Amino acid sequence: MSTPANNGPKSAFNTFNLVAGAILVVGLILTVLRFTQGIGPVTNLDDNNPWGIWIGFDLLCGVALAAGGYTTSAACYIFGLKRFHSAVRPAILTAFLGYALVVFALQYDLGRPWRLPYPIFVSQGTTSLLFEVGLCVMLYLTVLFIEFTPAMFEWLGWKKIRGVVVKLTLVLTIFGVVLSTLHQSSLGALYTIAPSKLHPLWYSPYMPLYFFVSSIAAGMSMVIFEGSMSHKKLHRMMDEEYLKHHDGVVFGFGKAASLVLFGYFFIKTMGVAYDNNWHYLTSGYGLLFLTEMLGFVALPCFLYAVGVRDRNLGLIKKASIITVLGIVFNRFNVSMVAFNYHLPAADRYFPSMTEIGISIFIVTLGVVIFRFITTRMPIFFEHPDYKGDH
Amino acid sequence: MLRRTFLGVLGATCVGAALPTGAEAGGKEFKGYPGSKGVLFDATRCIGCRKCEAACNKVNNLPKPEKPFEDLAVLDERRRTDAKTHTVVNKYGTPEHPVFRKSQCNHCLEPACASACFVKAFKKLPNGAVVYDESVCVGCRYCMVACPFEIPTYEYDEPLTPRVMKCDMCAPRQAKGELPGCVAECPKEALVFGEREELITIARERIRRNPDRYVHHLYGEDEMGGTSWMNLSGVPFKEIGMREDLGTKSAPELTAGALAAVPMVAGLWPVLLGGIYAVSKRNAKVADEEREEAVKNALAKASAEAEKTLSDALEKADVANKRKIEVEVKKAVEEALKPKEEEEAENSEKEES
Repeated sequence: MSTPANNGPKSAFNTFNLVAGAILVVGLILTVLRFTQGIGPVTNLDDNNPWGIWIGFDLLCGVALAAGGYTTSAACYIFGLKRFHSAVRPAILTAFLGYALVVFALQYDLGRPWRLPYPIFVSQGTTSLLFEVGLCVMLYLTVLFIEFTPAMFEWLGWKKIRGVVVKLTLVLTIFGVVLSTLHQSSLGALYTIAPSKLHPLWYSPYMPLYFFVSSIAAGMSMVIFEGSMSHKKLHRMMDEEYLKHHDGVVFGFGKAASLVLFGYFFIKTMGVAYDNNWHYLTSGYGLLFLTEMLGFVALPCFLYAVGVRDRNLGLIKKASIITVLGIVFNRFNVSMVAFNYHLPAADRYFPSMTEIGISIFIVTLGVVIFRFITTRMPIFFEHPDYKGDH
Repeated sequence: MLRRTFLGVLGATCVGAALPTGAEAGGKEFKGYPGSKGVLFDATRCIGCRKCEAACNKVNNLPKPEKPFEDLAVLDERRRTDAKTHTVVNKYGTPEHPVFRKSQCNHCLEPACASACFVKAFKKLPNGAVVYDESVCVGCRYCMVACPFEIPTYEYDEPLTPRVMKCDMCAPRQAKGELPGCVAECPKEALVFGEREELITIARERIRRNPDRYVHHLYGEDEMGGTSWMNLSGVPFKEIGMREDLGTKSAPELTAGALAAVPMVAGLWPVLLGGIYAVSKRNAKVADEEREEAVKNALAKASAEAEKTLSDALEKADVANKRKIEVEVKKAVEEALKPKEEEEAENSEKEES
C-alpha cells in the first residue's frame, strides 16, 4: 500500500458531520448577532476587562498551540533530524490553519475589524508590542502558507512551481523560526506594560521568554497529541513512511518536550526568586501558581521523561495532553484569572455563553478544514510522483 | 518588581544582558513639553457637588445620564469612567468626614495608551493633552489594558463605529483659549489649570503653608513617569482609591527591554540557525562520508581476501594439476612403454626356448 485509498467518509451523515454541522450553524447565528448588535450585548467585556477569552483563548492559546509548525520544521530542516520529515506537513498545516483562525477570531474581538491592516499599511504604531505581534503574525502566516503550498501543488499537479517552493524550504524555515520567536515572545511582552494589573507571580520582565519557551513545549506536545488523534481518525490517509516514523517522532519530541519543560520550570522559578515573590506562594493565587507549575509543568516533564525511558507511547500521549492543558491554563491565568487581581470580585470577568460559543465554533471550523484537507491532499502520505524527493 | 533598570529579556539570554534600557528610554527621560498645561486637583477643597461632571457632560456633548447631576446620592456608589462619562467624582472617607476625589484621564507625560497603541491613535500634544484619533482606531482595546489608571473606556454597544472614550483635557477648548469644562465650573477652586511647572510650585506651596492639612506628596509628579493632571490630598492616596504602587517608571520604559530585544533576535537568529544548519549538514555529510569510507574499506578488505583465497586456490590447483599431469604423463609413458617391454620379454622368452 504505497498510496492510501482516497475514499473519504462513507456517508455525509455521520456523527462527526452532524455535531460539527450543528456547531457551525449555531456559530453562524452568533456571528450575525455579534456584528449586528456590537460587542457589548454578546460579551461580558467591560471597561475594566477589555480582553476576554477571544484574546485569552483564541489568540494566546491559538498561537501557542500552533507552535508545532516552527518546532517541527526547525527540527527537520535546521537541526537535520530527518526522521521528523513525515511530521512536518501535518504540523505546517495545523500551524497555518491555527494562525488563519487566530486572525479570523480576531475579527470578532476587534471593534472595527475591517481596519486590521491599518497598523501595517496606514498608521504604524511601532512603539507597541501589539504592532510587533501583528507584523510578525502577518508575515508568518504568509510564510506558513508558502510552506504549505507544495502539498497543494502536488494535489493539483503543478510540478514546476512546486519545485521552486521546495527550493526555498531552508530560507522559509529560518524566517519562520525568527518570526515565531518574535511574536510568541511578544504575546508575553504585551503584558509587561501592566505591572499594576497582573498578579506579581505571573508578571515578570521575563514574560516574553516564558511565552516563547512554553510555546516550544506547547508546539511539540500539540504535534504528539494531534498525531495520536489523527492516528485514530485519519489512519486511512497515512502511508507506510508516516506510520514507520510516527513512533520515532513521538519519542523524539517527548524527550525534547521533557527538556524544554524542565528549563521552563527553572526559568519560572528564577523569575519568582528575581522579584522575591516567594511570600505570595502561600496566598490563594500562590496555590493557583503552584498548581500550574507542579501539575502542568513539572508533572508532564516527569511523565515525558519516564515515557521516553520506558518506550511507553501511552504515557507520552498523556503527558502531551497535560502540557497542552497547562499552556491553556497558563494563558488563561495571565490574561484573565491573575489579570485585574486587584479588582473586587464584582468587577471581575467571566465569559458569556456567546463568547464561549464563538470560541467553540472557531475550533470546530479548524477541525473541519483540517479534515477536509488531510483527506484530499498529500499531508499524511507522500504523493507517488514525489516519493523520497526531499 | 518596579525597580528594574534592565529588561534584557531575550537579549539577556543571547548577548549576556548587555542591552541598554531601550531604544527610546536609553537613560533619557521625557519630562514633558516645556510650557505644557496641566490641572491640579485638591481633594481637601472638593465638596462633591458634581458640577464638574455636569460641565464635562455638556461641553463634550455626551448623552444625559439616567440620574441628574444634582442627585448626590449617586456618590454613595463607587463609579468609574465609562463611554458616556469622561469624569466621575467618588466619595471616600467616613460619613462624618467624607473625602471626594475626581477621576479622569491623568494625561501622562509618556502615556501608556499611546505607547501601547499599534496605530498611533493616541498622541501627547505639546499643550499637555493626550488626545485620541478615532479615524485610525482598530478597536483592539490594548490601550485599556495598558492604562494603569483604568481610564479609557469603549463604546461596546456600538456595532459599527465604536470609539475609545476618554477625557481630552478639553483640547479643542484650550485651542480657543478657554479653560477645560470641569475647571471652569468648579465653585471651590478644587481644580486649577495652568502650566505644569507652575502647578508643581503651587502644590508645594500649599503643602508648605498647611503641612497638617496635606499628605506631603504630589500624586502625579512622578507616578508612571509623571502626569499632567496632578492631585493633592489630606488623606493617604490609597484611601481615596489611588494606587500607590504604580512606581515612577513610564509605560514605554516597561516595554523597552522587550522591544530592544527584537532587532537583536532578528539579526542573530538567522546566523545562529544558519550555523546550526551548517553544522548539522556537515555532521550528516561527515557521517555519510565515514559510512562510505567504511563500506569501501570493508569491500576492499573483502575483495582482497577473496582474491587471496582465489589465488591460493589457484596455486593449489596448479600444484595439484602439475602433479596430476606428471602422474598422467608417467602413466602414459609407462603405458606406451608396456607393449614394447612385453614384446621384448616375449622375444627373450622365445630366444630362451
